Amino acid sequence: MIQLLVFLPLFAAAVAGLGNRMIGNTAAKLVTTGALFASCAIAWPIFIGFLTGTNHAYVAPVLTFIHSGDLQVDWALRVDALTAVMLVVVTSVSALVHLYSWGYMGEDPDQPRFFAYLSLFTFAMLMLVTADSLVQMFFGWEGVGLASYLLIGFWYQKPSAGAAAIKAFVVNRVGDFGFSLGIFGTFLVFGTTSIPAILHAAPGMAGSTIGFLGYRVDTMTLLCLLLFIGAMGKSAQLGLHTWLPDAMEGPTPVSALIHAATMVTAGVFMVCRLSPMFETSHVALEVVTVIGALTCFFAATVGTTQTDIKRVIAYSTCSQLGYMFFAAGSGAFGAAMFHLFTHAFFKALLFLSAGSVIHSMHHEQDMRFYGGLRKHIPLTFWVMIAGTLAITGVGVAGVFGFAGFYSKDAIIEAAYATGTQVGGFAWFMGVFAAGLTSFYSWRLIFLTFFGEPRWAASEHIQHAMHDHGHGHDDHGHDDHHAPDETAGHEPRPEGRSINEIAHGTLGYHPHAAPWVMKLPLLVLAVGAVFAGWAFAHYFLEAEFWQGAVAYSAELHEKAEHLPTLLGLAPTIVMLIGLAIAYWGYIVDTTIPDRFARTFRGLYVFLLKKWYFDELYDFLFVRPAFAIGRFLWKQGDEGTIDRFGPDGISKLMVVGNRFMARAQSGYVYSYALVMLLGLAGLATWAVTR
Amino acid sequence: MIGLQHFLVVSAILFVMGVLGIFLNRKNVIIILMAIELILLSVNINLVAFSAYLHDLVGQIFAMFVLTVAAGEAAIGLAILVIYFRGRGTIAVDDINRMKG
Amino acid sequence: MIQTIAFYLFAVMVIASAALTITARNPVHSVLWLILAFFNAAGLMLLVGAEFIAMLLVIVYVGAVAVLFLFVVMMLDIDFAELRAGLSRYLPFGVAIAAALLAEIVIAAGVWEAGPVQLAGRTAVTPSPDQVPNIEALGTLLYTRYLFVFEGAGLVLLVAMIGAIVLTHRARGGVRRQNIMRQSMRRAEDATRMTNPTVGQGVEL
Repeated sequence: MIQLLVFLPLFAAAVAGLGNRMIGNTAAKLVTTGALFASCAIAWPIFIGFLTGTNHAYVAPVLTFIHSGDLQVDWALRVDALTAVMLVVVTSVSALVHLYSWGYMGEDPDQPRFFAYLSLFTFAMLMLVTADSLVQMFFGWEGVGLASYLLIGFWYQKPSAGAAAIKAFVVNRVGDFGFSLGIFGTFLVFGTTSIPAILHAAPGMAGSTIGFLGYRVDTMTLLCLLLFIGAMGKSAQLGLHTWLPDAMEGPTPVSALIHAATMVTAGVFMVCRLSPMFETSHVALEVVTVIGALTCFFAATVGTTQTDIKRVIAYSTCSQLGYMFFAAGSGAFGAAMFHLFTHAFFKALLFLSAGSVIHSMHHEQDMRFYGGLRKHIPLTFWVMIAGTLAITGVGVAGVFGFAGFYSKDAIIEAAYATGTQVGGFAWFMGVFAAGLTSFYSWRLIFLTFFGEPRWAASEHIQHAMHDHGHGHDDHGHDDHHAPDETAGHEPRPEGRSINEIAHGTLGYHPHAAPWVMKLPLLVLAVGAVFAGWAFAHYFLEAEFWQGAVAYSAELHEKAEHLPTLLGLAPTIVMLIGLAIAYWGYIVDTTIPDRFARTFRGLYVFLLKKWYFDELYDFLFVRPAFAIGRFLWKQGDEGTIDRFGPDGISKLMVVGNRFMARAQSGYVYSYALVMLLGLAGLATWAVTR
Repeated sequence: MIGLQHFLVVSAILFVMGVLGIFLNRKNVIIILMAIELILLSVNINLVAFSAYLHDLVGQIFAMFVLTVAAGEAAIGLAILVIYFRGRGTIAVDDINRMKG
Repeated sequence: MIQTIAFYLFAVMVIASAALTITARNPVHSVLWLILAFFNAAGLMLLVGAEFIAMLLVIVYVGAVAVLFLFVVMMLDIDFAELRAGLSRYLPFGVAIAAALLAEIVIAAGVWEAGPVQLAGRTAVTPSPDQVPNIEALGTLLYTRYLFVFEGAGLVLLVAMIGAIVLTHRARGGVRRQNIMRQSMRRAEDATRMTNPTVGQGVEL
């Protein structure tokens, strides 16, 4: 059954991808979406089996792969509690995104390709989560990176999309380099790439040292840090995060599937899967915690200034991933996976509803041109409220809470419960970021759904009105609209604030989404509301996991018995954030501009994402291009071409010109040459 | 006493003069042909001298054939010259550059 | 004694004639110097006893080839005023090379003299002149051993003759030739007719 689950998406991807125009849009969509729903239907019983304790971990072999000396690698699908969690996350979100894309990509000319890529991605992700060996996990790792590249750059006619795809792939590559070094090191140390064997032998290697770049370092720390670099790249942690905002160039369903729920969580999954390894190295865990906390903080600060609706949610994702990592670093792997689980639901929900908003607003993505949409798209409004309540962690302890309430609070408490300095730092960052999360999430809601309509000044809306005349009831989108999510750019600091944008509707009436888009939103909303309350017990206790992730009972105990005020801290800051957002975007809308003008330096710093892109451009991109140019001009053209083809051809020309002078045509010079030859011959004959 | 080497030296000098005559003159092409005759003459002297001193008649026979060929070659060469003159109007060596490459 | 004098006389004359041949301004003078060179070379050959070759030289070379040269020189209507005087710019260089060549040839000859170079066995021993005359000896050899070569030489001459004719032949326009057939088919009654013109009137031909 597990084989069917994993390989159905691959089969569907092959059919849709190779069939393309031959089988037509509908067939491609049906095959891929059907395959995904089938996989989902297989995944949920497995998960429920683990919940009830009837299922136990097993390995389903598929194919032998490499048998070469010490290296024994086989394709095998491992199913345990951790895998089951990921299976339901991946298949459910993927199936819903497939269904959603029927509506969102309805007028795109390249639908079979899109659905094939989505299914291909799902297959790779499933291979990753069911990996029994590090090599198979790396295969899945690379596969999702490839699918991400293909999907970000789906509208390849747009140069910005192509550039974003390359950026994502290259930054991922840096992480993958660390990951592969980690795999090599693991094989060197443990002699195997099979995950169970490694995890079994890991505690035995704690404290040993290994030579690295001439230094003697702790083995497990080194291995874990190298593997974590891979996780940093895939999960967009601070340092290797620059690709995630630009990945919003892809269509919104892609952002929902890949950059919210599944691919970016692969790093968290990997850390949790290898948690026994990480548990042997305190240094590695501290590094993970610090990076996670910093990412969480950094992304939240940047998210407060963005005006593109998708970018706000992207930075939100980055921030929440930071939460997951510092939870893992604190030893609360169960909490990390729990947050992964709930986050998948509400983040996918937020992205898909943002997609619905964008769809209604004729591909306008700048929130400054929204306003007052709750009257026009009420369903989207309510599900987005649900998602925001989930992400901000609204709830009352012991009674009921939305999904994020349980998972986020568990993480923050676990961080504090570690009792270390690093844990305290992480706790502080987590709480502060929770406040910021609340602020920017509610800011998004207020800007989009409340206030007066401001879309008269939007170019997309003006475009729509010119093309289609009065009213917008017909769906006659031109093809060139599809690759038109061009509004996803960062505003310049001198850009207009919402107060300066003209109010008005221009007669445009945002239309509601079709049912294929509404249905996934509703399903995800149910998950966002209830997933936390329903599953908290399972994720946070040891029994469900059956040893799949490392579990510290004492940490759990300490987290349960924190001082009450500390436990309420996230809720308090959440309310503060909500209050500030309400004050700034409902009550008095001039406050954000005044704030930005007063603290201009801070505002620009946050708007420019802490200048990371500029720094990387200076440090890496420009030198790389300079080296490339040097190698091209001086190396390839100057040396190889000069001494090779160009040089030989020039030599021919010069030589010919020289030789041509000998063909003067004058008989007497020919005679002279003959005489010279004769003299030479005679000399040779005499001196022989 | 006149030995073989005397004849050989004479022959050598004649030969060199013929060679010089080929490319030193700028006046006209007939001198070239005459220089070629000089070369052939020197070769004949050489052959005959060897034939006499080695008591081997083959040298003289060969000299006879050389003579024959020289006559034929002179005829053809002059014919070509005549035609060239018909077309060019001049036989100055300096002006012959039709084979320019 | 007289041999030595004769040799040196002939040798000096032939060399001087050769030098003058190639340096004379007037091509007719060149031809005449060439004729003198041939004569002296024939004299040299006579000295060693190859009288047939010597006579052949005079008859063929002087009588035919040199005269042919003269013919062509006269025919080519060379404008003397245009003949460029002055030395070729290669003169010093060429003389140097030629001197080197001469030295090499002489050295080679000396080497032959010095070393015991074994020639192959004599192919045709020259009978002494008092036993058999030179011509008879040559004839004996020529028509037996070297018959094919002899015939080949004849062919060479034939080809040269044809070649010369073919090269220089040009069809001249306006040349009146006989057409034998027309001449033979002429009938008397077509050739003439009687007319009786009146005085003062012409005849229509």
